[in-house]
Amino acid sequence: MSSKLRILVPVKRVIDSAIRPRVNKAQTGVETQGVKFSINPFCDIALEEAIRIREGSKSLVEKIHAVSAGSIKSQETLRTALAKGADESTLIDVGDKDLEPLSVAKLLAKVVEAQDSNLVILGKQAIDNDSNQTGQLLAGLLNWPQATNASKVEVEESSGSVTVTREVDGGSETVKAKLPLVITTDLRLNEPRYASLPNIMKAKKKPLKVVKPDDLGVDVSSRLEILKVTEPPVRQAGIIVGSTDELIERLKSAGAV
Amino acid sequence: MSSRAYSAAAALDVEELREATIAFCKEEITREVAAATDSNNSFPNELWPKLGEAGLLGITASPEYGGLGQGYLAHSVVIEELSRASGSIALSYAAHSNLCINQLTLHTTPEQGAKYLPDLISGKKIGALAMSEAGSGSDVVSMKTTATLSDDGSGYYLNGTKMWITNGPDADTLVVYAKTDPKAGSKGITTFIVEKGMPGFSCTRKLDKLGMRGSNTGELVFDNVFIPKENVLGKVGGGVYVLMSGLDLERLVLAAGPVGLMKAALDETLPYVHTRLQFGQPIAHNQLIQGKLADMYTKYATARAFLYETARAADAGHKDTKDCAAVILYAAERATEVCLDAIQCLGGMGYVNETVPGRLLRDAKLYEIGAGTSEIRRMVIGRAFNKEYRQ
Repeated sequence: MSSKLRILVPVKRVIDSAIRPRVNKAQTGVETQGVKFSINPFCDIALEEAIRIREGSKSLVEKIHAVSAGSIKSQETLRTALAKGADESTLIDVGDKDLEPLSVAKLLAKVVEAQDSNLVILGKQAIDNDSNQTGQLLAGLLNWPQATNASKVEVEESSGSVTVTREVDGGSETVKAKLPLVITTDLRLNEPRYASLPNIMKAKKKPLKVVKPDDLGVDVSSRLEILKVTEPPVRQAGIIVGSTDELIERLKSAGAV
Repeated sequence: MSSRAYSAAAALDVEELREATIAFCKEEITREVAAATDSNNSFPNELWPKLGEAGLLGITASPEYGGLGQGYLAHSVVIEELSRASGSIALSYAAHSNLCINQLTLHTTPEQGAKYLPDLISGKKIGALAMSEAGSGSDVVSMKTTATLSDDGSGYYLNGTKMWITNGPDADTLVVYAKTDPKAGSKGITTFIVEKGMPGFSCTRKLDKLGMRGSNTGELVFDNVFIPKENVLGKVGGGVYVLMSGLDLERLVLAAGPVGLMKAALDETLPYVHTRLQFGQPIAHNQLIQGKLADMYTKYATARAFLYETARAADAGHKDTKDCAAVILYAAERATEVCLDAIQCLGGMGYVNETVPGRLLRDAKLYEIGAGTSEIRRMVIGRAFNKEYRQ
């Protein structure tokens, strides 16, 4: 291969997956006060994959750069990524603003350029808004090939081609592409590691650069307006019917058949 | 004696350490692992290298041997979270990382440190400390194990038995107290580093305990075991100092055990009482249950606050014998109460072995007995006052 892998792994700080989210009083979003935050599980899988590619062949990977767009608290998420194995990181400090996927993709495209990345591995979606758009938009903006919902990634060192097995309805699909490439990760790609204490300590000394959207020349203003966020309706209790005839009768009267 | 090296620039935030320990437990000490360790009465020994790789074994050890160079608050938080996952795994962890590794860290020569600490900190070897004997528990100075200087002066011959030794059946490296001068009383005790495989050293049986099952406890026999004089830890005749200063620290960090067990009891109780419906409402909405929850929480929170305060003071160089005894005295007795309340809140479900609270209770009771009984702890506190008011 002509050049080594310079992997970019975007990571998002989200409400911990074990917590039951609650809508805030103003109905503008989910309550975030006093709630535990963690790295988005799909981002964690993306990071793990990047680390495993390096562990598979040390000479293959030049660097793993983690990037996060969010408030200053996203530094914690980047420190986690650095503790697990990323070499360096960038925080795009957007304050408390909620970003739309297109804004994130535009920001990431600028970081790809700055870092001269040739492989971006990112989660297929974040568990907070479940958009599942950023990876695809990024590939579009960069005009790179994309392999989404990856369940297996194999990098061929000699040719610089990457074979990705994707989870699709009814089975799996195998695609092959040349670098540069965008990969989004599915749940079954790998099981992320936990960071060791010595690595958590070392991560404090690894580079963490902070930039603003303006520094990257990206307008992150929203195109959508959130009108109202509500809890899903509580499911009504069912009834036990005595016979099939009664079931049909009930369904008919409910207009279901 | 090697000095304790703290790396202030890279100091770990306590909550960061807690999160890292929780992440470890989530993967490696699952509910299934904790239940199996208890029911099989067998420690999952494959955990040692994993604990080592995660950096959990050498919390207070010097970085030059692979340790983290952190203090007792850090160590307490790790023991608290491990205990929350499994009381018995945490107890064996504490015996290895505090009783053995920390005692070595405090008292080794550089040569001893380089020889023994790296393998203990990486989890390649298992550590233990041997103090109690069948006839010498609380009255530790009455120990009968002797160490006799060899004719050529190159080492000591160790003879005697040690009882109730945590990790005894598995340990590779043991810190052992014995009398080099039986007539000198407390001034005749010396500390030795003993290795598994030294001729004449054996573990005769593994004990079948009420709780802390899987934290293997054994009876050790020393039958004319030759210990080279390079393996004397600290000064000859200075064992009681090693022992007593170690006991303070042992009581301090072990108090994190009952704190973690109380947290585990709340982990089990709170979701249950909020989902268990009787008379059309969660049982937690009844005032009698609310009162229990409040008491359980208050006991846990009080013990935790006392623990952290005592650990912080020790880290700042103010280790207080009274407080070290008081914190484990308080935490241990409260833990037994809180675990009994957890069983009561779960009702019939709390009394069956398929749920966790029964195990928590059996594990918690140990802390009223090990590292000095509650009675001895009260005596230690009382005597400390007597000493302060001596005419």
